[in-house]
Amino acid sequence: MRFLIGFILPVALALAWEAAVRFGFAQGRLMPPPSRIFATLYDLAITGELFRHIAATTARIMAGFGLGVVAATVLGALAGASKLSRDVMDPTLQGLRAVPSIAWVPLFILWFGIFETSKIMLIAVGCFFPVYLGILGAILSVDRKIVEVGRIFRLSTPALVRRILLPAILPAYVVSLRTGLGLGWMFVVAAEFMGAAEGLGYLLIDGQQLGKPDQILASILTFAVLGKITDSLLAAAAAPFLTWQDAFARRD
Amino acid sequence: MLLVDNIEKIYPNGAKALERVNIAVRPGEIVAVVGGSGCGKSTLLRLIAGLDRPTRGKIMLDGEKIVAPHPAVGFVFQEPRLLPWLTVAQNAGFGLDGVPAPERNERTREVLQRVGLADHAKSWPRELSGGQAQRVAIARALAPRPKVLLLDEPFSALDAFTRASLQEHLLDLWEAFRPTLVLVTHDVEEAVFLADRVLVMRPKPGRFVAEINIALARPRDRYGEALDHAKRRVLAALDHSLQAQPRGEELAPAAAI
Repeated sequence: MRFLIGFILPVALALAWEAAVRFGFAQGRLMPPPSRIFATLYDLAITGELFRHIAATTARIMAGFGLGVVAATVLGALAGASKLSRDVMDPTLQGLRAVPSIAWVPLFILWFGIFETSKIMLIAVGCFFPVYLGILGAILSVDRKIVEVGRIFRLSTPALVRRILLPAILPAYVVSLRTGLGLGWMFVVAAEFMGAAEGLGYLLIDGQQLGKPDQILASILTFAVLGKITDSLLAAAAAPFLTWQDAFARRD
Repeated sequence: MLLVDNIEKIYPNGAKALERVNIAVRPGEIVAVVGGSGCGKSTLLRLIAGLDRPTRGKIMLDGEKIVAPHPAVGFVFQEPRLLPWLTVAQNAGFGLDGVPAPERNERTREVLQRVGLADHAKSWPRELSGGQAQRVAIARALAPRPKVLLLDEPFSALDAFTRASLQEHLLDLWEAFRPTLVLVTHDVEEAVFLADRVLVMRPKPGRFVAEINIALARPRDRYGEALDHAKRRVLAALDHSLQAQPRGEELAPAAAI
């Protein structure tokens, strides 16, 4: 029940703002009270429009995140596994990392057009770097002493990877996936600002252009809920493999 | 029979870690190698384990040349080195991967029982004390029933009480499985308490300078006259190896430097 304590502040603020508008102390045109935001959400939901936007945004995230994660995992594992490939690849990737991802937008639009591909590519680039750095760092920091245990028991290379390296890097990898997914949500908005006919980012722009702050806030609220849900799903999917860490957390 | 035949080890930086090292260890014998830090005793153990290759000479186990880690040779490191994502039972059975599951479980259970940790089979390594973790590490090394068990200062990180109890534990396990034990330590008392034979090493380059046989029946009295005498002989050899003159009571535990 202790987590409920976290709800006190936002609920109190919402109620206070609601009351201020209701009793005429504030106008609520640019900052609509919670009741109006929820009414807008409700309207968007019953027409089915909200879900169309959610579906569009989620599909972009999944495609971009998936693409970015696969590329980052492959290249990160390669760079971690061999010093040569690390020396060849890593400086270039670190250089590219220094480029703000949004800077790619004009180029991606020229290359891939203004529709889905350029959006997905932008999200993929955004997700790529934290995952790449995460897996590379995790591989490089695997304890040599534990690898030696594998050698004493004469593990083959695949067995060494499966029984020692993978479990050892998994915690850091999951953290990097969650960071990557968080960035994915950030970049999907940027991508949808590039021009989209649907999606939560479109709702934001539409709300701005038509002067509907309630729609903007409804979209922001949806982002918050979806971001939290997808992060929790990712954490829950990894949890069975990390119970040994939970035991650690519970102890201390 | 474990044979270390005229071993020499030179590191890539040119430092000579071992020079003309020879040992013959009978099956079931307990040999302790003592010496100060940096005398090459851990290097020697890593060579016997096949974790490193000697520059010259060879290591033979029952007529077979050791060039890489061998299934009949177990190793206990100074730290437990348990895998934190495996339970105690999974750690103990780590080396039994090729064994069918029912037999693996049975042997894991047996070996955990032997080290007195059957109740902790489902615990995580994090939940164990240092002494318990090292017992799991010994169980893990013994589970594949090696002919030779190598121990690299296995109890040096533990407090004196735990160390004494683990030494006795190790002897119980040795009674049960009768592996050849080669123990590297800088603790002279540990060496004379456990070993049939103590080999004293001298650094730069590492080589043997004395061999002290300890023909005392087990169980031994840790504080008895006979062990004390053996201890003095080892210390004297160590002091001699450091070019100092031993004088009666002033025999400091030079090996612990």
